[in-house]
Amino acid sequence: MSASIALQPGALARYETPSTSEPAWIKVTLITVALTFFVIFLLFPLGTVFVQALSKGWGVYLSALTSHDALAAIKLTLITAAIAVPLNVVFGVSAAWAIAKFEFPGKRFLITLIDLPFSISPVVSGLIYVLIFGAQGWFGPWLAEHDIKILFAVPGIVLATIFVTFPFVARELIPLMEAQGAEEEEAAVVLGASGWQVFWHTTLPNIKWGLLYGVILCNARAMGEFGAVSVVSGHIRGLTNTMPLHVEILYNEYNYAAAFAVASLLALLAIVTLGLKTLVERQTRKQISESQKPSES
Amino acid sequence: MKFKTIIAGLLAASVLAGNALAADVTLLNVSYDPTRELYQDYNAAFAKYWKTKAGDNVTINQSHGGSGKQARAVIDGLDADVVTLALAYDIDAISDKALIPADWQKRLPHNASPYTSTIVFLVRKGNPKGIKDWNDLVKPDVAIVTPNPKTSGGARWNYLAAWAYALEQPGGNEAKAKEFVGQVFRNVKVLDSGARGSTTTFVERGIGDVLLAWENEAYLSLKELGDKFEIVTPSLSILAEPPVSVVDKTVDKRGTRKVAQAYLEYLYSPEGQEIAARNFYRPQDAKVAAKYAKQFAKVRLVTIDKSFGGWRNAQKVHFSDGGVFDQIYIPSGKK
Repeated sequence: MSASIALQPGALARYETPSTSEPAWIKVTLITVALTFFVIFLLFPLGTVFVQALSKGWGVYLSALTSHDALAAIKLTLITAAIAVPLNVVFGVSAAWAIAKFEFPGKRFLITLIDLPFSISPVVSGLIYVLIFGAQGWFGPWLAEHDIKILFAVPGIVLATIFVTFPFVARELIPLMEAQGAEEEEAAVVLGASGWQVFWHTTLPNIKWGLLYGVILCNARAMGEFGAVSVVSGHIRGLTNTMPLHVEILYNEYNYAAAFAVASLLALLAIVTLGLKTLVERQTRKQISESQKPSES
Repeated sequence: MKFKTIIAGLLAASVLAGNALAADVTLLNVSYDPTRELYQDYNAAFAKYWKTKAGDNVTINQSHGGSGKQARAVIDGLDADVVTLALAYDIDAISDKALIPADWQKRLPHNASPYTSTIVFLVRKGNPKGIKDWNDLVKPDVAIVTPNPKTSGGARWNYLAAWAYALEQPGGNEAKAKEFVGQVFRNVKVLDSGARGSTTTFVERGIGDVLLAWENEAYLSLKELGDKFEIVTPSLSILAEPPVSVVDKTVDKRGTRKVAQAYLEYLYSPEGQEIAARNFYRPQDAKVAAKYAKQFAKVRLVTIDKSFGGWRNAQKVHFSDGGVFDQIYIPSGKK
């Protein structure tokens, strides 16, 4: 996210300044180190996932993915993401809009609050919900009386996921919207546009690539979250196990091929996410540099 | 358009699935780590039995994890119809929150433990360190893997078995036992939080010379992972009684008491006992026990009630904060 801000027109010129023209051997060493690191710590483990997943053949692979518990886990993961991501889009856009386009007391504090889920351990994020909604927690007795299930059921998993993925959209949009400034919106208002019209016709088209980028990251985390969900899930197979939890269960059952088969789905998701991310990143940069052109001329 | 169709399909599927489940009776069995394979077999057998007996389709959902952690989840509101945990203290903890009456252990035969197990050693093929009994564990070059007694039920059994061994030696007393168990834990290389985690550490990651394990877990490792390992049964061990109970508050709320009760009672039937024995748990039923006698090594077993005055007492003396375990276990980094 910060990379997209640092990129200014003329940034390429920096590479030719004398301070960065290192001797060739340094360049080669650095690139070799980086590549070795990349292969050992990223490419190799990723490859292992697929090799292990297919170690017992396509039959085992497919039956692992189509077993009742695996399908239930995939379904639950999709449902969770389908609820958490749109909610966080609404929240993220409103928060970014408020922060980037308006001045108000407590603005810094709001930004800090948005970052909170990034800075605390996912286990704590899960425990928060146990303390609030657990049978011994604040609302536990009331919920039990009214027969509402939150903890150890789908609502708890969705809540924990929303909490953990809270910052992604907002964090992505705030720098973008700040860079774009409020001039276009002001012009729209002067021309007589209503609040919604300003949003739909001016703001949204300007931020669409940044928004998409945030959604992709948010979705990847929502589907992949382990820690917080593990605390609130109750680990009931076929009911409250998401894909990451299902991977752990299979692995602990000496069912390595099946565990890696489900893990390979998650890895595929990661690869698709990265591909989309790169695409969208390019568009976002274009948008930022376009938005900065008028101010430079 | 296509995307919308998929979403609609998914929604319809989930509604249908929901309806189909609603017509059935469901039970949730909250259990500890090593019983996964046991209850997989048993649930299928019980569903068949209940179908012929009561005509209902019963679906049993399973949740597994460290015994103490699972008890905590039930206390926090996980709607278990039955709990099948590693030791009585964890069910006592649930009973303390008034979810189960205090006399739960008297409601079913054999202290509410339909099967028992004990603690054995799993060593690498050929037993290169020559580990035969508990006193071999304190040799300086032996690396031990066991879960953490603070979080794992199995590990508490491990710890108490070592303690009982030291106590039963000629001239054994509490002070010597404390010294001995302290020495054992100084040789522990990895302290995982649950039994299955320890097994994975020893078997998959290849760490340590000896794994202190549930007998059933050790046999399962042999069965699943071939002949790279050997089981060593010590001269004395502890009779581990993993107990079961209906969670009264849940079954009364959900109206599942009858089937939950039957589910636990059927564990004591010849078929239930057979399944337990096939999964390397020691059966209580004399006939089944005789049939599978060859499978289990003869070993002198002490009991928690006679040697430690029951689980509540053992928990208080050994595993509470500041208890004996805290006094003797100093992680190697802090020495």
